[in-house]
Amino acid sequence: MRALTFHGRHDVRVDNVPDPEIVLPRDAILKVTSTAICGSDLHLYDGYIPTMRAGDILGHEFMGEVVEVGSKSTLKKGQRVVVPFTISCGSCFFCDKQQYSACDNSNPAETSDASETLMGHAMGAAFGYAHLTGGYAGGQAEYVRVPFSDVGPIVVPDHLDDDKVLFLSDILPTGWHAAVNADIEPGDTVAVWGCGPVGLFAIQSAFKLGAHRVIAIDHYPSRLKLAKKLGADILDYREVEVLEALKELTGGIGPDAVIDCVGMESHGLAIDNLMDTAKAHLMIGTERPHALRQMIIACRKGGRVSIPGVYGGFADKFPLGQLMEKGLTVKSGQTPVQKYTKDLLKLIEDGELDTTFMISHREPLNDAAELYQKWHDEQDSYTKIVLKPGMDQKPKADLTAARQVEPA
Amino acid sequence: MVRNNDNDGVAAEAARLNEEAVRKAARGAPVKNGDRQIPHVDEDERVRISDAEDIHGDRASRKGGSSSGALIGLGLTLATAGAAAFLFAKAKAADDEPDGPLLSDAPDHVLRGKALKRAQNQEKGRSLVGRTVTIGKPADELYAFWRKFERFPEFMDNVREIRRIDDTRSEWIIEAPAGATVSVKTRIIEDVPGKTIAWVSEPDSQIAHEGRVEFAEAPPGRGTYVRLLLRYTPPAGEIGRLVAKVLQREPNVQARRDLRRFKQLMETGEVPVNASPSGRKGESPTEPRF
Repeated sequence: MRALTFHGRHDVRVDNVPDPEIVLPRDAILKVTSTAICGSDLHLYDGYIPTMRAGDILGHEFMGEVVEVGSKSTLKKGQRVVVPFTISCGSCFFCDKQQYSACDNSNPAETSDASETLMGHAMGAAFGYAHLTGGYAGGQAEYVRVPFSDVGPIVVPDHLDDDKVLFLSDILPTGWHAAVNADIEPGDTVAVWGCGPVGLFAIQSAFKLGAHRVIAIDHYPSRLKLAKKLGADILDYREVEVLEALKELTGGIGPDAVIDCVGMESHGLAIDNLMDTAKAHLMIGTERPHALRQMIIACRKGGRVSIPGVYGGFADKFPLGQLMEKGLTVKSGQTPVQKYTKDLLKLIEDGELDTTFMISHREPLNDAAELYQKWHDEQDSYTKIVLKPGMDQKPKADLTAARQVEPA
Repeated sequence: MVRNNDNDGVAAEAARLNEEAVRKAARGAPVKNGDRQIPHVDEDERVRISDAEDIHGDRASRKGGSSSGALIGLGLTLATAGAAAFLFAKAKAADDEPDGPLLSDAPDHVLRGKALKRAQNQEKGRSLVGRTVTIGKPADELYAFWRKFERFPEFMDNVREIRRIDDTRSEWIIEAPAGATVSVKTRIIEDVPGKTIAWVSEPDSQIAHEGRVEFAEAPPGRGTYVRLLLRYTPPAGEIGRLVAKVLQREPNVQARRDLRRFKQLMETGEVPVNASPSGRKGESPTEPRF
C-alpha cells in the first residue's frame, strides 16, 4: 500500500509499504477514506519530537471503512468509523476514569521505558507519533491497523460526509477539551492563543460552553478571519501590544481563562523566543513557550490556564512566580478523545457544530509529501489539509472537481 | 536491621530476602538450608569484570580530555560541570549521612546511599530489583494465573517455555544470545494462596535465580498491588556469561517490563504490540518493532 513515511527533518515521502495485518484479537483493519495532517505533525516534521525512526508512518487523524476484524473486535466489516488518535484499552484505572489519553496499557512494555524515564510515567499510546507513544503506524496510508478497536473507533451514520466527522479523531475533541479545561463561567472572557485548527475549534467550543466573549490571537490574516467568523474578537500580535490590548478589552481585569493552542514552536520576535529558538537548534532545549509565558502574564488573578498545545520536555524562564502569586489553575494534557466523541457526534448531527469551515485543501494521499511542506511554509492559505487516499485512483478530471478548494 | 513495617508485608519480605543475602555473603558460603542455595560468584570472574570496567572508564576520560582542548567554550562548560559535580558530590555526601535504623516505610529496592549499603551486599548482579504495579483485578485471580507458571512465556521476556515437573517444580527454558537456550529448574519455596509465591532455582541450574511475587490489596476499587522481586547471580562459564549479558544487563528493566506485560495481559486480555507496517526494509507488519 501507499503511506506517508518519515525520513528525517523536513523529509517525508509517500512510499510503498506492506499492508497491515490483524495481530491481536481486539484489532481491526481500516481502509482509510480520509486523513488529515495535524498541526502536531509539524512538530515531527520539524524534528522536535524525539524517538522518531526513518520509515515510521505518520498520521493520527483518520477515518475509514472496516475491512477486517479480529475475533474480539466489536466492529463489523463495512462499518464507517472515525478513530481517536489516542489508543486506549478501556479497562485500566485511567480508562475507567475516562482519562483515556493516560491509558496504562496501550503503550507496549518495550516502548514505555523512554517516556517513563522522561516524564516519570509511561505515556499512553497514539497513532503515527513517536516511539515514545508506542510506535504504532499512523493513518496517512491506504490501510491502518487499529488496536483495541472495541474501545476507540466510533461508528458514524452514512448521511454524514467524511469531512463533517473526520475531526472527531483529534482536533474537534481537542478544541472542546481545551474549552472544558478553561472551566468557563457565565460572563467570562476567554483568550485563545493560536488560530490553527485546534484554536478555531477551541473558540467555537468556548462559545458553546457559555463564554461571554472570546479573544483570538494570531498573526495569519486568513486564520484570524476564520476566528472572526466564529464570533471572536481578534488581535494580530504584529499590530498590537497583546498584554495591553487584553487588559483594555477586559476593563483592566484580564481574561478569565487563557488557552494555549500554540505549543512548543511559538512564533514571535521577542528576546525570550530568540533564545529558545537558538537553544532548540543547538539541541539543548526543546521548548519555545513564548505564547504560554505571555498568556500567564495576561491571565486575570485566580484565572484558568488551559494548555492543549503540545510540549515535549523542559522549558526555561517559566513564569512560575506569576502563576503562584496570581493563584492560577493550570489544566493540560493530551485529549481523552473517547470521552467526547459520542456527545460531539450528536452536536454535529444536530447542526450545532460546524466542522468543515477550516478545510482549505482536499488532496490525494500521493501528494502528501509536498503538502507537508505547504502546511509548514504557507500557513496563511493552508488552514487544514485533508488527504483522500481514494483520490489517487481517480482520473485527473474528477480530481479537480473533487478538490473543491474553499476560499479561506 | 530494625524495621517498623507491619503494614507493608511485601517490604518486610524484601527485607528478609536481603538479610539472607547479607548473611550468605558474610559467611562466604551458601546458607545451610539446601532449598535456598545460591552458587557463589567466582572470585576470578568478578575481578575480570571490574578490570574491564576500569579500562572502559579510562578510555572514556581520555577521550574527554583530548576534545576539551579543541574548544574554549567546551572547556568552560567542562569547568562549570566540574565545579557543579564537586558541589553536588559534597551535597550528596551530606545527603547520604543518616545512620541508624531505617525510618522510611518503603521497600528495600528503593533504598539509596548508606541505607542501601547497609541493607544489601554490593556484589555485582546480586542486587535485588523490584517493581510494583496496580492491576485492576482481585488478588485471587492474579495469584491463580501466576501460580500456573506455564503462562509465563506470554509476558516474560526471554522465557521461551515452562515445563512443569511437579506441583512445586518446573523447568524454565530461557533464550540466550545466538539462538542458544538455557534451562533453569525452579522450586516454589513459599506459597500463600492469594498473597505470595516465592521460588528459587535448583542447585543444578545454569542460572541462579530467585523470585518472589506479592499480591496486596490496593485502595478500594483499585484492584491489587502486585510486587515482583528478582535476584540473579552470575553463573560461571562461557554460556553463563552470555546469559548474564541478557538477563543482568538491566534486571530492573526486565522486572519492569515483565510486570507491565502481566498487567496488560490481565487487564486487557492481550499483550499490546506495535506491530504495523513501516517503510523500513525487512520489517514485518506482524512483528513488534522497537
